Amino acid sequence: MANIMSKSVSGSHSKNQLSGRASALINIFFVIYSALCILPLLLIVSVSFSDEQSVMTHGYRFLPENFNLAAYRFLIKDIDQIVHSYGISITVTVIGTILSVIVIALYAYPISRSHFPQAKFFTFFVFLTMLISGGLVPWYLVYVQMLDLRNTLWSLIMPLIMSAFWVLIMRTFFKETVPEAVLESAKIDGAGELRIFIRIVLPLSLPVLATVALFQTLTYWNDWFLSLVFISDNHNISVQYFLYKMMVNIQYLSSNPNAMAEITRAGGMVNFPSETVRMAMVVVGVGPIVFAYPFFQKYFIKGLTVGSVKG
Amino acid sequence: MLVPPKQKAVFTYSIVRNLRTFWMFYVMMLPGIVLLLINNYIPMSGIIIAFKTINYQEGILGSPWTGMKNFEYLFASKDSYIIIRNTLLYNSLFIVLNIVFPLAFALMLNEMKNRFLSKLHQTIMFLPYFLSMIVISYLVYGFMSDERGYFNGTLLPALGLEPVRWYFTKEVWPVILPIINTWKNMGYYTVVYMAAIIGIDEEYYEAATIDGANKWQQMKKITIPLIMPVITIMTLLQIGRIFNADFGLFFQVPRESGALFPVTNVIDTYVYRTFLTVGDIGLSSAAGLFQSVVGFVLVFISNWVVRRFNRENALF
Repeated sequence: MANIMSKSVSGSHSKNQLSGRASALINIFFVIYSALCILPLLLIVSVSFSDEQSVMTHGYRFLPENFNLAAYRFLIKDIDQIVHSYGISITVTVIGTILSVIVIALYAYPISRSHFPQAKFFTFFVFLTMLISGGLVPWYLVYVQMLDLRNTLWSLIMPLIMSAFWVLIMRTFFKETVPEAVLESAKIDGAGELRIFIRIVLPLSLPVLATVALFQTLTYWNDWFLSLVFISDNHNISVQYFLYKMMVNIQYLSSNPNAMAEITRAGGMVNFPSETVRMAMVVVGVGPIVFAYPFFQKYFIKGLTVGSVKG
Repeated sequence: MLVPPKQKAVFTYSIVRNLRTFWMFYVMMLPGIVLLLINNYIPMSGIIIAFKTINYQEGILGSPWTGMKNFEYLFASKDSYIIIRNTLLYNSLFIVLNIVFPLAFALMLNEMKNRFLSKLHQTIMFLPYFLSMIVISYLVYGFMSDERGYFNGTLLPALGLEPVRWYFTKEVWPVILPIINTWKNMGYYTVVYMAAIIGIDEEYYEAATIDGANKWQQMKKITIPLIMPVITIMTLLQIGRIFNADFGLFFQVPRESGALFPVTNVIDTYVYRTFLTVGDIGLSSAAGLFQSVVGFVLVFISNWVVRRFNRENALF
């Protein structure tokens, strides 16, 4: 990233620059676009800190009218569910990411070695999965009927471990950054393939390992589809799925006066600050990713540039 | 007559030798192979479901064959036209938008002199890429909910306009969905194109400047042609998925509003709903298989076209 930017700043570009007006226009344009990226989140944050009553009467505002923490106080009452959901999301993300990086690297190394006669076949074996699939139904039946993994954490982890795209990226990286000569000489010194892989290849490939780890972390943290499909028991729900359920449930309640009456009769609580709580929950839900992403971002950029999918 | 057995012996010998030399490679690949089998190859054999009437007592193999009935039923329904049209039109539009805007952004960012600002804008532009579709559906709801959304609650009244019931007005969604898609992916594609632009040798531009080429000419004659391989690969990859819609975008963001189905139902959401909501396994599998086959054919055709122009740019 650093050298990306400096290259375009210094060097020949200094002789070959845009006019002052054009570059002012570009600057203004990006300020506006950046604002469009942040404002939607600000709206949500602002609503979550607002007083429910003023939100009900005046609608969502960018600046909270009557600053109020009621929504967060309400969420803290439900802290058990939130902590539990966080626990599930974190467990799935950590285990999933670690397994992904290991499995992908172990698969990518052999197919990156030109002296392995089956390299071509196994490259195609993984590439084909990017082009064709059996579809949702047979895939679902494999997980539910054959493996019986419904309502387990494995059903949230296994489907995302192996990613053809990252296998191919890693293979390209191994091919280009690890010189064949180094591997040959290690072999002559008597090192086995596994030893070569762990001692020589992996240390040289930290950038690509970090990239895959980051993208997989994002994939696991943001996944809700697997929960939607595989999780029916109400206890084991991840943060994203919790958000989804909240949207659906409140939508159901607010469009159904009868359901509301029913709940009140049963002694349930209806008069909670629903609008602001919803938005507070989003803030809780995006939390870690949004705070972490500026630090991740430079690795993402490195990762996107390390290898092309071509092979 | 003695030749075939001898060849066979050589063949077995080479397998044994291959295993003996490379056994470690096979051990290393084993977890990956098992996962590919479970996630991809075993389900591929499940396509026979599309040609059967599934009966849970008999199991998949024991259930009776029905030939093309599921397909006939699928294509006879009004839904099939709508979901195919929606999937293709949206995805084609997304492909174009995902080239044009990120490319323009990358070119402009590259001209930005202030290094800190350029970096800052890149970081901010990347933010939406990190949000899940669920969160994005909430953001959209914040603007478009009926009574309290920012548009209806604040913006439209301030402009003296009537509120719009967004989640019941299907005309606006073919505009809104592409905007959300572009907004979410902008950071990602911009970085891809920017990396390609940075990789271009400065000497080309120096020579062009000496020849008196202006910025616009440089862009047309140097930058775009030199990053064409990256543009082609990104496009090919997306064409390969043209029959697979972004499930989250079409399922979460319109919040399952039935009034919007004519403009938001795509093959993926249709397969999901017919299978897990309605429970029609045969119809759903037929739609899924159709999706796979057409997608596969499209990748091959587009790859073949690219190969004819330039072998180097092709995917395979």
